Amino acid sequence: MILLDRVTKVYNRNSTALDRISLHVEPKEFVIIIGASGAGKSTLLKLLTREERQTSGKIVIGGIDYDKLKDKNIPILRRKIGVVFQDFKLLPNKNVYENVAFALEIVGYGNNEIKHTVPRVLDIVGLKGKEKRMPMELSGGERQRVAIARAIVRQPKILIADEPTGNLDPKYAWDIIKILEKINRYGTTVLLTTHNQDIVNKLKRRVITIKDGRIVSDRANAEYNPGTSKI
Amino acid sequence: MNHRLITLGRIIRAGAQNFMRNATLAIAAIAVMVITLTIVLFSIVTNAAFSHTIQQITDKIDVSVFLKDTVTPAQRDKLLSDLRSTDNVKSVEYQSKEDVLKQQQKPTDENMDLQLALAQIDNPFPATIHVKPNDPNKLQSIQNYLEKPEIQALQSSKTTYSGDKKKALDNITKSTKFLREAGLVGVLIFAIVSMLIIFNTIRMAIFNRRDELQIMRLLGASTSYIRGPFVVETIIYGIVSAIISVTVINSLFVVSGSAFAASNFGLLDIGFANNYFRDRFWIILASQLVIGILIGAVSSTVATRRYLKFKSSK
Repeated sequence: MILLDRVTKVYNRNSTALDRISLHVEPKEFVIIIGASGAGKSTLLKLLTREERQTSGKIVIGGIDYDKLKDKNIPILRRKIGVVFQDFKLLPNKNVYENVAFALEIVGYGNNEIKHTVPRVLDIVGLKGKEKRMPMELSGGERQRVAIARAIVRQPKILIADEPTGNLDPKYAWDIIKILEKINRYGTTVLLTTHNQDIVNKLKRRVITIKDGRIVSDRANAEYNPGTSKI
Repeated sequence: MNHRLITLGRIIRAGAQNFMRNATLAIAAIAVMVITLTIVLFSIVTNAAFSHTIQQITDKIDVSVFLKDTVTPAQRDKLLSDLRSTDNVKSVEYQSKEDVLKQQQKPTDENMDLQLALAQIDNPFPATIHVKPNDPNKLQSIQNYLEKPEIQALQSSKTTYSGDKKKALDNITKSTKFLREAGLVGVLIFAIVSMLIIFNTIRMAIFNRRDELQIMRLLGASTSYIRGPFVVETIIYGIVSAIISVTVINSLFVVSGSAFAASNFGLLDIGFANNYFRDRFWIILASQLVIGILIGAVSSTVATRRYLKFKSSK
């Protein structure tokens, strides 16, 4: 599903964000990426969504080779990947329903399809009855659920969640993680970055640790150990 | 329903919404565009009116040949047919002594003395041939023919070449040429200024909404889906401006038409300009719309271009 082969990203001569990262993620896997701030987690995710281009190495996602991807096809790639951001990135002057519907509108779904799909997805993330609320009126946890609903409404094969719990209280954070697990059970590959030790320990999933732009550990059913140097 | 149609509908709706939200920014862009389009329209109409005036004056330029009373009908006919076959001759018209007299006898307020004088003597007027040239600037061939000694012998007095009219015409042509060129330069300057202002308006709109655009980008909106509403917005500027400018010119004609009904302002024949405008109203409106839409679409496409590029550096 996701294949990275010796991927390097250099922003300028003095800063190598990622250094020969190789990684393989199977379909329907749930992978957690941990690492200190500045370790390169966000850069890795930006390469996957093609917000940045790798300096060298190969990236193939869902059969799409990024080196052969033309600019005009980047939107098509992004439609296949759902992304959840730490800062939610909701449209402030659209309500909950409209924010989710927007993801469908921009790719040309019909109105009936949108009316049918959006309430179902809002139900999955537990926001039934809050369709008319504006993002300003929601708690952080609720906003993140809107963002998740928007990310999964197009039923992507891959969901990338970049520290989705970073701005949330622990009790909301766990709710969000449970939703991600639910989505993963439905068959979506989930890539989650987090700082939260509790979450990593409770999830018992594959954990990849990044330090100074390199993968320093990649273990199944692992616990939180950002300092490890073993592979 | 067709996927593309749905998307197009959404783009147009979003553009219309942006137009309403950006009202204050829109006013500046529309104002400049109205000025541009009004200048364009004004120069088209005045240009047509000047051309019309020049044409009218040109038509009045002719060569008058005055015949001696002794010229026989045979000589006269020969002269007429020779003139008709001369280069640059558009038409040849013969007026007999009687025709000229009749023409002069038409009483007006100003020629009372002439009328009195005419009543007391025989017909003093010579038979006259009016030769109209195709090109008033090239009378040489006609002149050459008329100045042959045998032809001169038939003439009672020297041929007149409307020389002073020609001079006036040259002046008019020169000044209208200047006015046309000035109009063209004005149109170009204002078109560029209005493009720049629209360009900046759109850039400000993009800047205000850059977060939203970034989100759209990340969600996989295509470039045309993001750009579309901006282009639609500026096309609306173009349409509104075209309608305003045609309305402005139209009301100018309504006001001036009633105040100076069919009068002349020197070279500018208001009546003609008015008719010209009315006869071509729909074509004028359509071309104004096309110009407005083009200015809007081009400037917004350029303005959005650099903001919607994907990062392609490695």
